[in-house]
Amino acid sequence: MTELQTAAVLFSLMIAPLAAAGLALINAGLGRSRNAAHAMMTSLCAIAVASCAYFVLGHSFFGSAGEPARVLTVGRDTFDWLGAMPPFFVRLPAAGSPSFLAALMGIESVALAALIPLGSGAERWRLSSICISTALLAGITFPVFAHWGWGGGWLAKLGYVDTGGAGTIHALGGLTGLAVVWLLGARRGKYSSDGMPMAMPGHSVVFVLFGCMLAGAGWMGLNAAGAILFAGVELGRLALIGVNTILGAGAAALVAAVVTKVRFGRPDASLTANGWVGGLVAVSSGCAFLPPAAAVLIGLVAGGLVTFSVELLELRLEIDDPAGSISVHAVAGIWGLLAAGMLGRFPGGSDVMLAQVVGVATLLGFVLPMSWGINSLLDRFVPMRVSRDGERQGMDLFELGAGAYPDFVTHTDDFMPR
Amino acid sequence: MKTAGLLLLVSGWLLVLAAIAMLNGGVARNAFVTAGLAVEVLGLILTGRAHLPVRSDRG
Repeated sequence: MTELQTAAVLFSLMIAPLAAAGLALINAGLGRSRNAAHAMMTSLCAIAVASCAYFVLGHSFFGSAGEPARVLTVGRDTFDWLGAMPPFFVRLPAAGSPSFLAALMGIESVALAALIPLGSGAERWRLSSICISTALLAGITFPVFAHWGWGGGWLAKLGYVDTGGAGTIHALGGLTGLAVVWLLGARRGKYSSDGMPMAMPGHSVVFVLFGCMLAGAGWMGLNAAGAILFAGVELGRLALIGVNTILGAGAAALVAAVVTKVRFGRPDASLTANGWVGGLVAVSSGCAFLPPAAAVLIGLVAGGLVTFSVELLELRLEIDDPAGSISVHAVAGIWGLLAAGMLGRFPGGSDVMLAQVVGVATLLGFVLPMSWGINSLLDRFVPMRVSRDGERQGMDLFELGAGAYPDFVTHTDDFMPR
Repeated sequence: MKTAGLLLLVSGWLLVLAAIAMLNGGVARNAFVTAGLAVEVLGLILTGRAHLPVRSDRG
């Protein structure tokens, strides 16, 4: 890597944490006011735990292209299946080297992935359980899949392309969120006795929409850094990455706004926000290799997919996902991986569609069962769900001892048993 | 049903892995990968249905 590339990656990684800040605000805003402080507190704890777990164990499994790895030989084929770096960043080449930058990218990526399930399990997932679950995600699930796709593993050798982390960060986080919701169940009062969902609107649309804007800035950084580090993209393409990122998000948000306007008579702010983030997620996979028109097309489809997926999960499958994380991150992420294979223009005209399908199959067949198994086992020792009384009282008072807005008048219906 | 669904998810993935390891390109490889993905979709549907709450548990 040239010095200019190193500087570009460093700058990109400096703004990338804005994506995490944006997601945390979105998660907090889409929850009720009695859980707002808990939402921000769990986000901060998840980032802290994910960073430490990645440092202790995660990076040794993630590895990096060209670094030591565990290889399985089947006949004449070899499968690079796990990184073999020493733990605690020991013997990591000096700061500024590609390996060190990959470690920084790994920390920021795993922190972002750890925030995604928090949106799904919001308002009923206990802080202690969140911390242990995040440690397992950052120490095992994420680094193993990230090694396959980003760290020169068997999936990368197959041609899999995911420069911005549509699969590695978002689909992985979204599928973990699905496993978490399956284990937690719905919030009390969310469904009536005949299975009809009740509306539980978020308490701050302003938080949600501001979070979307922050996320847009952070996403550009993450996409740019990933493209240089994991796909060797030249600096001239950075502007294209930025353009594609914003175009994808904008197109998706517009579709979500139009769809909700047509269906409900008014554009829905929270679904429009979900559409925006869904567009960011979907375009991440191939952002460095897509013409702008393709980014718009990917965003348009992502906006529609997210809107209908939120409704399908809530109404038909009775999956209570307060922040829409499963639709936004898992569904849009999987769409983004496939769309990159269909619409991307890769160096040498290579066809990566098969590798993208295999990547999706790996997310569904490895990441989802593994996340379910890990969290299911954890639930036996550290119960995930808060008590009935705690849920009624609100996670702020029950777990933190203080509300987010002590000076404000609280809506009494927030405390009514459902 | 929950376990069966999760096993189907893993089985579909193993089918995909086997296709990549044992078949060298062509229609057969693509067909097996698609079949593996289809098995996973079945597993996803089965797992999703298994997690639907029992009516008397709600409220």
